[in-house]
Amino acid sequence: MASNETRPAALTVSDLTVMYGEKPVLWDVDLQMPAGVLMAVVGPNGAGKTTLIKAILGLVPTVAGQIRIDGRPYAEQRQRVGYVPQRGSVDWDFPTRVLDVVMMGCYGRLGWLRRPGKSEQAAALRALEQVGMADYAHRQIGRLSGGQQQRVFLARALMQEADIYLMDEPFQGVDAPTERAIVGLFRELRTRGKCVLVVHHDLQTVPEYFDWVTLLNVRSFACGPVAENFNESILRQTFGGHTAWIGDESLPGRVPTTVTVPAVG
Amino acid sequence: MGASLEIQLIAVTAAVACALVGVFLVLRRMALMADAISHTVLLGIVLSFFVVQDLHSPWLLLGAALMGVATVGLVEALQRSGLVAEDAAIALVFPALFSLAVLLIGLYARNVHLDADVVLMGELALAPFERVLVFGLDLPQSLVVLAGVLLLNLLCIGLFYKELKLSTFDPVLAATLGIAPALLHYGLMALVAVTAVGAFDSVGAVLVVALIVTPPAAAHLLTDDLQRMLLLSAGIGAGSALSGYWLARWLDTNIAGSMALMAGVWFCVIWAAAPERGLVALLRRRARQRWQVAERVLALHLRSAEEEGSTNLVDRLPERLRWEPKFAHQVLRRAEANGLVQHQAGGLVLTERGRQQADYSSSRITGSS
Repeated sequence: MASNETRPAALTVSDLTVMYGEKPVLWDVDLQMPAGVLMAVVGPNGAGKTTLIKAILGLVPTVAGQIRIDGRPYAEQRQRVGYVPQRGSVDWDFPTRVLDVVMMGCYGRLGWLRRPGKSEQAAALRALEQVGMADYAHRQIGRLSGGQQQRVFLARALMQEADIYLMDEPFQGVDAPTERAIVGLFRELRTRGKCVLVVHHDLQTVPEYFDWVTLLNVRSFACGPVAENFNESILRQTFGGHTAWIGDESLPGRVPTTVTVPAVG
Repeated sequence: MGASLEIQLIAVTAAVACALVGVFLVLRRMALMADAISHTVLLGIVLSFFVVQDLHSPWLLLGAALMGVATVGLVEALQRSGLVAEDAAIALVFPALFSLAVLLIGLYARNVHLDADVVLMGELALAPFERVLVFGLDLPQSLVVLAGVLLLNLLCIGLFYKELKLSTFDPVLAATLGIAPALLHYGLMALVAVTAVGAFDSVGAVLVVALIVTPPAAAHLLTDDLQRMLLLSAGIGAGSALSGYWLARWLDTNIAGSMALMAGVWFCVIWAAAPERGLVALLRRRARQRWQVAERVLALHLRSAEEEGSTNLVDRLPERLRWEPKFAHQVLRRAEANGLVQHQAGGLVLTERGRQQADYSSSRITGSS
């Protein structure tokens, strides 16, 4: 958790507003993420966390605001951003194998018409090794557990060789080994100077897994290093007081236990 | 070439062309869209016929393709409006456009060879009568058209295989990677429309759906690989066409109808008997699982008895596990045959393997990894 104040922002979101019909989903959101930072985006259900990622990726229309990747618009920087969608967003019954799904990560780099070859296959295998899934390369994707599916998605994102990774609830419903694998991968990405933005539900693990945090509930309530921005008063503001606390409130390092969570964002 | 061979060739070409585009349609869960498109292309044909006044003009294909895309656009616009349910949108759009086409034919094109019966059912038996010369070869016109359509499908799927695969599996990722999923989506729909028109003459609008949807659905039950699914789908389509032709010859009835029927028959056979995903395999797997679970429970039970130090539980087994004596006996026999338990000096004991399995099961129950 080095000081990140001096580093230039890899991802900057300024004054972002997204509406679904007349309802604001994101209102005047500001967010800055320097390179080499692991950032959690937390907030209650319907806070617009998934919409934030989709807006950064240009998948939903924005009413106002600006998104910059290293100072330039996303459309020019597409290849530098890797995306890990929620596991449930695809049909795992699709007739294909693990290695094929991972190779999809390089389709953007290959462009139209060119087909993945031997070097792409080797890279896909390396990506699978990084997430501990090399043994499953030729397994049909429908025969994976939830955690394994999540790791395949991570390997696919690694295949994109991006600098900024946006992940939508990678810890949702995964087993302990997968959670460990994901955390290990985060740290490796950080040492390589990448930055990772993660929509996250488990407040308890925020200080352990992440350096930075954004607290979001339609508006952004805080964005910065965990040490300065992840405290009771900001959490209360963000969650509207529905957070239960464990331990003595006067002790440092106390963390909220339960927040009503279930999926979808 | 005899007429019989020509008809079979036409049927197979139509079936394979349909089966190929059908794979992507089925995987996108858009099977019903095939139904809609295959009907509304008629309006495209009628409208372009009014413009060019020639029933054999290639512009008719283009008109049909555009109408196919328009149909999908209209259905999706209705769905997006949020005012009607998703499935209702399809049912609202295509009958309206189709009936408009039928009406227009009745009003303005009565004397043209474009009648509603043929449009609905097709008349494959008559196909060899309309002929064209291609490179000095005297061929049935519908064979030439369908060969062109098949070639187009092969070309598009071959060239854009990777893009079609990604945008079908994960359209959102495709969009972020700069692979335009919308373009591919409407491109595929245009391809479906052109295929439907090509197959129109031979099998008619209603039955073309059977050839687009049934072979891929059956192929999906047989494989976990997209390329193999395409091959199998084409094969099942061709098989349906040939077996349908001979069924029609035998019963002296409509060829297109028999083809669609045979597609359904092949599907049923594969649905029941597919090695891993078929119904029989599924039922057998379930039955096997039931016994396995029972054996595991037995092993766990013996293991805990072992740890408690009590022995010889055979007689008390039904009572302790609340099993019917007959069932308990069967489970015991199976566990013995599988080397999990053995009789020893009158008592029932776990083998080393049984012990291992029991420990593994209990670790799974308590969740320690």
